[in-house]
Order: sequence, then C-alpha cells, then structure tokens
Amino acid sequence: MTDPAAAAIVVDGVSKRFRIPQEQVHTLKERVLHPLRRPGYERLQALSDVSFDVAKGEFFGIVGRNGSGKSTLLKCMAGIYKIDAGRMFVDGRVSAFIELGVGFNMDLPARDNIIINATMLGLTRREARSRVDAVLDFAELREFADLRLKNYSSGMLVRLAFSVMIQVDADVVLIDEVLAVGDAAFQQKCYDEFNRLRREGRTVVLVTHDMGAVERFCDRAMLLERGRVVEIGEPRSVSMNYLQMNFARREQDAEEERNAREEQAITASGGLPTNPGELRAGDGRAEIVGGWFRDADGQEVSVLESGTRCSFHMHVRFHADVSDPVFAFSLRNSRDERIVVCSSERQLRGESFAAGDEVVVSFFFDNLLAPDRYGVSATVARSGSGEAWLDNRERFRTVLVSSTSPSGGAVELPFEVALQRDIAGEQAEAEATS
Amino acid sequence: MSATRIGREIKGPTALGDDPRRLWRLAYTLASTDFKLKFFGSVLGYLWQLMNPLMVFGVLFVVFSLALRLDTGVKYFPVALLLGIVLFSFVNEATTQGVRSLVMRESLVRKVDFPRLAVPMASVMTAVFNLGLNLVPVLIFLLASGARPRLSWLVVPVVLAALVLFAFGTTMVLSIAFVRFRDIEPIWTVVLQVMFYSSGVFFTFDTIAEQDNGQVLIDILLCNPFAAILAWMRHVFVDPSWQAPWEAASSPWLMAVPAGLVLVALIGGFLLFRAQAPRVAEEL
Repeated sequence: MTDPAAAAIVVDGVSKRFRIPQEQVHTLKERVLHPLRRPGYERLQALSDVSFDVAKGEFFGIVGRNGSGKSTLLKCMAGIYKIDAGRMFVDGRVSAFIELGVGFNMDLPARDNIIINATMLGLTRREARSRVDAVLDFAELREFADLRLKNYSSGMLVRLAFSVMIQVDADVVLIDEVLAVGDAAFQQKCYDEFNRLRREGRTVVLVTHDMGAVERFCDRAMLLERGRVVEIGEPRSVSMNYLQMNFARREQDAEEERNAREEQAITASGGLPTNPGELRAGDGRAEIVGGWFRDADGQEVSVLESGTRCSFHMHVRFHADVSDPVFAFSLRNSRDERIVVCSSERQLRGESFAAGDEVVVSFFFDNLLAPDRYGVSATVARSGSGEAWLDNRERFRTVLVSSTSPSGGAVELPFEVALQRDIAGEQAEAEATS
Repeated sequence: MSATRIGREIKGPTALGDDPRRLWRLAYTLASTDFKLKFFGSVLGYLWQLMNPLMVFGVLFVVFSLALRLDTGVKYFPVALLLGIVLFSFVNEATTQGVRSLVMRESLVRKVDFPRLAVPMASVMTAVFNLGLNLVPVLIFLLASGARPRLSWLVVPVVLAALVLFAFGTTMVLSIAFVRFRDIEPIWTVVLQVMFYSSGVFFTFDTIAEQDNGQVLIDILLCNPFAAILAWMRHVFVDPSWQAPWEAASSPWLMAVPAGLVLVALIGGFLLFRAQAPRVAEEL
C-alpha cells in the first residue's frame, strides 16, 4: 500500500454490473401492449470489489485477458460508466484515451479536427487552437494540415490522433491499448512519449496485453481475471502470472480436446522448490532440477572468465511423456536487460522423453560477455512456443563474469585491428582498374 | 478497507457535468462542426440551406393563396406563410436530428467522459443557427411587402426563446427515450406531420371560427405550444391584424395550457435526461 498522501488515484471496492437485455430491440409499442411484461436482463458482473491505489508519478499497468474487466475498469475511472458499488478518488486533472481520434470527422481538415478532438478531451477552444501547431509537428503532418481526413492514410490518422492526445496536459493519464496500431517507428515514438510522461512525473495507468510494455514501463502492475484482482505487484511477476494464466487455459482447452485419453498425473509447479528471487512457472510435466556452469577444463565454476569457452548445463527430470521439447537458458545483466538467449530449438530436434527420464542438456559457448552479475533463467517449453512452459525457472541463480581488461561495452567482442598507410597509392590503383 | 479521500471523487457521467462552461463549449463545438459540414465545399451552401423552406413556401403559396384563395383579407399572408414554414422547419430539424443524436454519437458517448446533455443540446443549437439564417429572407420579404419596424418586434426574442426551449425540452425527452425505444422516431415523424397541418402554418384561425364548433376547435388547436407560439410570433412580428393566441382562444386563460406544456417538456425532459444520463453509455 502506498502512502495515502501521495496517491493520485484511489479505487476502493469498486463493482460494476452490466444488464444485457435478452431481446435486442425494445419498442414503445411492446411496452404499451404488454405493460406488465418486464424485459428480461442477464446480469454480467464485470468488476467485483476491485481495490487498488496508484501513487503520484507512478506508471501503473492493468493487464488481463479479454473480458477480464480491465477496459471496463478504465472506463469507470474515466467517468464514462457509473459504478454500482465502491468509491473512486482522483487527484488532479484526468485525461482518458479509450480510443484514438474520438469525434474525428472525415470531411473536415486536420486543423479543425484537432480543435474538435482536443475540445472533446477537455481543453477550451483557445487552448485547443494554440496547440494545433504542436500537434501537427509531433505528428509530422504539417504539410497535410488542410487536407481532409478522408484523404489521410490510416497510419497518418493514428499519428494525428495520438499527437492530439499527448498534447493534452493532464496530471493523470489513462490509456487503453492505443499502441496496438501504427508502424514500428511510430510505436517507438509513443514509447518515447511514455518515457517523457514518466520523467515529467505524470501518473499513468496503462491497460494492455503487451507484457513487454508492462515490464519496460510500469512501476507496478495489476492482473485482473473475471473482474477480480488476482495480483498487484512487480511488473515481472504480474506478467509471468498473466502468461502462465493464459497458458494454463490453453493447456486446459487442449486437455479437454484430448478428452483424457492419456491422463497423466501433472505435478503443479507450485509444489516445486524455488530459490529466493526466483519466479517459477510451468505445468509440471518437466522439472528443471538444477543448472550450473563449467569452464573450458570442465571444472564447475561460479565465475566465468570473459573471452574463454564456457558451458551451461541443466538437469531436467520428466514427469510425463514429452516429445520434442525446447530447452533454453537466458542471461540478464544487472540492469535487467536480456543479453543472451540460447535455445535448443535449431540443434536438438525430435527428441522424445518418457516419464521418469532424467537428462542433462548442455550449451557450449564462447563467453563474450562484459563483466557483470547475470541472472540465469532456464526453461523447458513445448516446441514452437516460447510461453507453453513445462517448467520455467526465472533468475534461479546468478553467475559472475570477470574480465582482466574490460572494454566498457556490453559485450567483449573479439576483433582484430589493421593499419594501412599507403592509401593514396591504393586509390590510384583502384581508379586505374575501374 | 476504508477509503482514503484524495482530490475529488469520480462519480461517473452526468447530464450537466461539473463545469457548465464545458457543457456549453462542447455543445457549441459539436453544433458548429455540423453547421460547417453542411456548407463545406459548397459555394451555394447558404442558398441550398434556404432552398428547402422556400420551395415548401412556393408550393403552399400557389395552392393556398392563388388556387384556394385562403388569404383573402389577411395582411402579408405570404410572409406569414413563410414565417410559419421557417419556424416549423426549426422544430422539425431540432427534434428529428435530436431524437437520433445520442445514438448517432455513440462512439463519443461510449469513449469520452463529457456532459451528456451536450449531445441533444448540439442538435438544437445547429437548428438555431439555421433558424437564424432562415429568418433573414423572412425579414426581407416583410420589409419588401411594406411592413415597417414596430415596437412589438422587441418581443420577438422572447417568442423565439419560448420556441427554442420548447424544442429543447422535447428533444431531451426524445433523445433519451430513443435509446430504449427505437420506434420513437417513426412515431415522432407522425406527430410532426399532425403538428404541421394543425398549427395554422398555412391558414388563419378566423377561417375556422366561422364554422360550427369552430371556436372549440381553435381552443383545442391552440393547446399545442407550437401553434400558440406561431400565432404569437405572427402577431408581434408580421402584423397586429394577425390574432394573438389569447385573442383567438375563447379565453386568455387557455394560454396556460401551451405555456404549461412548454414548462413540462423542459423540466420533465431535463429530469428524465438527468436520471438516465449516467447509464446511457452502457445502454446504447
């Protein structure tokens, strides 16, 4: 729980129910002819007892599967839906971006649309007018300012819409997956804007499916499932939980299809031992018992010398029959950047394992890493998917890399230097041959 | 867990919002956009806007004035006819646009937090802009017919305000009802038809008075706020020889009915709209 004084948003026990009419169209005629027949409604509990708070200047992620209630929650926070129970408070001016380009009119030029859109988002007309140029510049659409929107490409529309939204000053910004659109370059620009919002100390709530964005930007994240809070915490832990939940469901579906043809006792990964700081996920059909490094002489080591040949070995025990699994390990540096991923996918194909098999998978590599402490993760996954884990031990141990002469770069690339002095002569020679 | 109070509470959407200036600004933005779109890219935009009432005027004038000779002994009949058409066009436009307004702006209502009343208000506002334009030829016709400005013209804004408030009240009821009952629109079209033929747009109440039970019929017709407002407008604007509604009715007290109806539409419409506004986003 954050310090209440520094909270920007407080959501306390919020519930939201939708009434979904059973018949689609209601008419006055029906009502008059059958005054006693009340139209039937189905109730859909979109949110139940959701509580959390967001500190000032915090970047808060809301994740969840489709239909988990995350967008509904955002709309409630934006004041578009009325909540049935609970209370919400917010400190400062709120801007909500549920959809890009709300109120855009295709028959009007960009300039007019910017003013309309900005007015919709809460600016006065004067404020809106003064921001037109800034918006056009950010969207890089200055030369198209007087072009009607119907002649814009969809990419240009997205750029324009995002630019308007980002130019609206607000202390609290609520964003709903607007980044699912736009080309890579523009997405990068959006991310840069997110970073700017962070730096400026704005409070941002981002609803997304993109676990990469969650891990990259969010200080904290919340996982919703069927309108309930499953977890609030570290982005990594939340996104692991989300992926696992997604995977568990896919697995469940596949299981139902197979119709219990080959029922195997599946050990829940929760029962497997974990080390402090480790995140563990998987369906338990395989278990990574341990992992260790060896130097060029085959000696087990905890410090790897940069520039030497090293190897990583993982001990895997199978609890079910598994065919064609993918083994992988990865290293993250102290800034939590993933530096190395080695997977068996290309080199170890079509292997099958029976329940009870115990194997050691080894990866040999030339150590080009810069000196640092690396977090080691190891996974066994189903073939063709990076997420369908049989077992995944995230940062289950660390390893140190040392170097006698560190270059200061992220990798110690082996390279040669050459020197040529007689450049004039060679140029003359090249001209002569051409 | 007890709530920590910070800043302000998020209460969900309302009809008016917290800031009346924002309501006004939004309605104005929506209305002026619609207005602009109508004339956008068309050199003759303004003329096209005038065309519709003028065409209706042309037809009705030929039928009632030249063919049926209903205008005998009435001063400035063509101008009064045009005025009736223009005022009716306003009510027609404001309400038929208004009835669909919330549904037409669905994406806005569902995606942005703004005072919901801005939507029907914008429909009425667009119609007001057009009314302003359409009244210009009426004035020109009137002056060309030989009428001169009178002191009673000062009352004209009051009459127009009554008309706008009537249209606004009706629009609030219709727009919110349409969200639930989609047959409101055809029903309202029929009501408008009845209103057009019964409110004296193209006849004078004197012609009815001479018939049996004519006075009763006039009293009934004048209960319609639009009929009363039109008669009032003609009385103060066109010529005093056009009977004011309280002169045409059997008793001036009868005017309490149309006045009451305007108030009912306005207050009732607002209360209804306010009650439904918080949930309108989910019911669309």
